[in-house]
Amino acid sequence: MARRELLLEHADERDLTQLAEYEAVGGYASLRKALGMERQAVLDELLAANVRGRGGAGFPMGRKASFLPKPGDTAKPIYLVVNADESEPGTFKDRELMVRVPHTFVEGIVIASYTIGAAHAFVYLRGEYLTEYEILVAALEEARAAGYVGRNVLDSGWDLTVVVHRGAGAYICGEETGLLESLEGSRGQPRTKPPFPAISGLYASPTLINNVETLATVPKILELGGKKYARIGVENSAGTRVFSLSGNVARGGNYELELGTTLRELIYDIGGGIPDGRELKAIIPGGSSVPVLSAGQVDTPLDFDSMAEAGTMLGSGGVIVIDDRCCMVQLGLRVAQFYMHESCGKCTPCREGTRWMVQLLRKIEYGEATQGELDVLLNVCDRILGNCLCPLGDAAAMPVASYVATFREEYQRHIDEGGCPFGGESSLEGVIAPVDQHHAHLRGQIEVPIHA
Amino acid sequence: MSAARARTKSLYDRIRAVAAEYPERRSAIMPALRLAQEEHGGWLPPEAFREVAEALEVTPAYCHAVASFYDMFHLAPVGRHMVEVCTNVSCALVGAQQVLAAFERELGVDAGDTTEDGEVTLRTVECYGGCGWGTVVAVDHRYREPVRPEDVPGIVRELRRGA
Repeated sequence: MARRELLLEHADERDLTQLAEYEAVGGYASLRKALGMERQAVLDELLAANVRGRGGAGFPMGRKASFLPKPGDTAKPIYLVVNADESEPGTFKDRELMVRVPHTFVEGIVIASYTIGAAHAFVYLRGEYLTEYEILVAALEEARAAGYVGRNVLDSGWDLTVVVHRGAGAYICGEETGLLESLEGSRGQPRTKPPFPAISGLYASPTLINNVETLATVPKILELGGKKYARIGVENSAGTRVFSLSGNVARGGNYELELGTTLRELIYDIGGGIPDGRELKAIIPGGSSVPVLSAGQVDTPLDFDSMAEAGTMLGSGGVIVIDDRCCMVQLGLRVAQFYMHESCGKCTPCREGTRWMVQLLRKIEYGEATQGELDVLLNVCDRILGNCLCPLGDAAAMPVASYVATFREEYQRHIDEGGCPFGGESSLEGVIAPVDQHHAHLRGQIEVPIHA
Repeated sequence: MSAARARTKSLYDRIRAVAAEYPERRSAIMPALRLAQEEHGGWLPPEAFREVAEALEVTPAYCHAVASFYDMFHLAPVGRHMVEVCTNVSCALVGAQQVLAAFERELGVDAGDTTEDGEVTLRTVECYGGCGWGTVVAVDHRYREPVRPEDVPGIVRELRRGA
């Protein structure tokens, strides 16, 4: 298995941001097909495709859509909300799709909206994505003018309004209920679940929330048919995914691969391997929230089950390659700083726990930690895991705990040697996290006292 | 009608127009704050919260509470230009620190500060989603990918020229 382009098909040879070009390669034919089918029949194709969400959690898309009440069974409006708030460190694939195949994405939005009977779709787009916003808005304008979006879509008698809502810089708004809060005009703090958005989401109405890539897959599923789509990839991981490759690798970028392709193929055959004659040390396979893999696990296939067996997750598909110059304590510190900065502050284990993690990791890095404090760090991670309102706390605790578990010896050396064994030569040396800069006045509070 | 009043009026109208796109008016608070921020030179003074509050029929305190949650809303004055350097893991692995140091040297400010002439604000940011082409730098909200330390003097000259 290797590269296989379903979503990015034709994007190299044609400017698919232009409607005419997209139509020339069969664009919007899947929408016409869908509109000629009963809603349930479209949903059945999505269920048969067994396509799992491409945002991070990997929940089957068809099943999620099937949890919504049918249009006739609810007095409330039904909404489609698109999660385009891509901000998981190491992930930049939704951006690629929106810039290169915006009409594929729009077509997916329209088909999904039709399937659930929504008359209103909202795209929650990451605020920093300005160029992406302009391209998406232009594509929507074209689609509107051509009758694919708006009043009476392709004379079907069904209306669809699509609103692009721009975020303003908050990682937590990629969490679905934080996103809904933000879209309703509040601080983006997650809600308790249940109720799940399928029953009570946007404005307390039934809401389907899907990631950009998941929706961009929908036209292809309709084109091939769900059963045929399900045969691409491996068991439990149907289809292709766009993987974002970054870090210490020769050719970083986005690559669409059939699921089941190994990390080795992606990093070495496609990505050109590790530059500067360095050695592979570690791989973060699914965005910074997931547990790390050691160099010895480079033959692990990129699919949901294989990643789970290896003790990690496919996550958002952001593959970060780390070479032997990187200090794993500094990595832990930088990752923990990110989650501390992005914690919304609503629930205690995440708000306080991420601060403790940063404080302890600093002490370890600076050679000020006692032996007991390494155990305190693991204990803090353990007390965060599974105890938070949303996955952000876990997203901080899981990777850091995995760095300690996989590179225990390196953490131990910091304590034994009273400082960083890299002696200022680590690739992450001197990295400045925004938290230090924007919240300088809070430093005293961040440095919570540790009682080991 | 004074010029200032006319400006406020048009902001009011623009916010009301955006609000009409949503089933509930309050949903427009983020686009409204963005419009107000553009109107006020890139940040949100107390006056901006009063204007947004009036247009959306919420309180200024509520607007402040929402704005303070998001990194792209600025609660203090910023420079005419904004330089943002990603220092998250992927960019840091390929030398974001050196890129940041080059900007600090060329601009004569630390990350988080604005040049004395009020022209350029330099700050570090969390992952901007260009990881495969690090180091990612956003100059006035447009991404430059990748930026290497040797590119920095040229970018700063370009900003100074445009200033």
